[in-house]
Amino acid sequence: MSFRALIAALSALVAALFLAALLVGPAGLAPGESLGALVTGQGDAAALVMREIRLPRAILAVLVGASLGLSGAALQGYLRNPLAEPGLIGVSASAALGAVIALQTGLAAAHALALPGLALAGALVAVLLLLVLAGPRGGAFTLILAGIALSSLAGALTALVLNLSPNPYAAADIVFWMMGSLADRSFAHVWMALPLTLVGWLLIAGLGRGLDALTLGEDAAEALGIRLSRLRLALVLGVAASVGAGVAVAGAIGFVGLIVPHLLRPLVGARPGRLLLASALGGAALLLASDLAVRLILPDRDLKLGVLTAILGAPLFFHLIYKTRREAGA
Amino acid sequence: MTGLILSHLSVHRGPCPVVDDVSADLRPGEFVGLIGPNGAGKTTLMRAALGLIRHKGTSSLARLSAADRARTAAWLPQMREIAWPVSVETLVGLGRTPHLRPGQRMGAADRAAIADALGRMDLAGFEHRRATALSGGEQARVLIARAVAQEAPVLIADEPIAGLDPAHQITTMRLFAGLAAEGRLVVAALHDLGLAARFCTRLLVLHRGRLEEDGPPGEVLTAPTLARVFGLRAYLADTPEGPIVQPVEVVT
Repeated sequence: MSFRALIAALSALVAALFLAALLVGPAGLAPGESLGALVTGQGDAAALVMREIRLPRAILAVLVGASLGLSGAALQGYLRNPLAEPGLIGVSASAALGAVIALQTGLAAAHALALPGLALAGALVAVLLLLVLAGPRGGAFTLILAGIALSSLAGALTALVLNLSPNPYAAADIVFWMMGSLADRSFAHVWMALPLTLVGWLLIAGLGRGLDALTLGEDAAEALGIRLSRLRLALVLGVAASVGAGVAVAGAIGFVGLIVPHLLRPLVGARPGRLLLASALGGAALLLASDLAVRLILPDRDLKLGVLTAILGAPLFFHLIYKTRREAGA
Repeated sequence: MTGLILSHLSVHRGPCPVVDDVSADLRPGEFVGLIGPNGAGKTTLMRAALGLIRHKGTSSLARLSAADRARTAAWLPQMREIAWPVSVETLVGLGRTPHLRPGQRMGAADRAAIADALGRMDLAGFEHRRATALSGGEQARVLIARAVAQEAPVLIADEPIAGLDPAHQITTMRLFAGLAAEGRLVVAALHDLGLAARFCTRLLVLHRGRLEEDGPPGEVLTAPTLARVFGLRAYLADTPEGPIVQPVEVVT
């Protein structure tokens, strides 16, 4: 399959799943009625459900899914390691810590956007620390080490907040939030996440050629005219902006950024530059599909999106390990 | 055509000089062999000459901008890294990176350069094979083809023939000699003194970071130099087939 055909197929898949996401929900609206209400704004209840609940939820699934797929592909390309994922640089854990603090202090209950706001602040602090720790000219290795150190620290502090939580309900709130979900999000969340997400996408979108050249290693890529320190800065800022914004509005959703580049890599001839766009579309499709599944499988139990992606993703990962082992002949 | 002028080039690792005050004027048309025992500073000298590491003194290449340097010099590192299972054609095409503006696609000239490099490295028919599935020696040839496809006036290669079978060692050396004869400058770090003597037009002998000898192979590869720098006794002969340098014994 040519690259253009692949991109067209993935785009069609995203469009179809987006439409499905608009048509499925507990309100039980007929497809014609719901789409009509979305376009015309007629029929109070239906229009409200479509415009205030389903549409922002579907848009957020696209934004967050694409950010995860794109960031995963970019990080794997930069580190030349198929196990890299967006959480690796510590921004997700730090954003989660910010959100947990908002829940713990009651700020989240006082103002609807306090939680995503504090999560973004957490992501920002993480990026600044990361850039200081990893240094301006360090290589991939120092970036991984700095990311692991930050993730551990943020994880420890999150555990501390949970540990000191005064009542079990607050703790339960925190645990449920950390599972990741797109339920009950509004356009306020979309407007909050959109600008940073787009900035992140733009920063990463320009890295394709540099990531391709890195196939030959850092030394050879630099000699091919790729400015590695600039590439790394754009990568870190791009991942932090898009994934940080995603975590702020949806919580930490695992496995999408790991699995999607894996699945699509053979279809783009393993070229890291081409994988970026394919992976962004694939991430959006996977998150839309997962969010649909969450609503269809257990509509009454509020199954969390992050739980489902992990349950789907882990077995897929088992399969990939098995395939890799078979190809290696071991 | 462009050469490479090194002037008092030094690289320090901590207080110790790894490359110590090396000056040389390398001209287009020369095939320069950089020889010396392990740890002599060959790789460090080449990376400093390219401006990839901090150094004192000057190198004409290191003073160029990253983009200009990439169009002037192709660098073939010793570490043969192919991170992803891309096709041979894609990998060799990475050599065209410096010639493409942002967003520009490859054109006929780029494809011709790739095909020419594949042909020169005896890789025609390998275009659509996965680079990571090839043998080590074949991968080495693919990576050399990548550097050749860059079509830069200067080619700097770190142990390019290590791990190749004897026939491909000779064809690669002949290819480098041919590129030099076309008016390019080729600099290669080599351990095979026999092939260096036969194909290079000039040898630089590096010993403990210092440039010990610089001249045509016949003048450089003498019994005293081999004993002092390499700790070797060698059979040296001038034959109708060209010079023969065959190390025979370690001297202490």
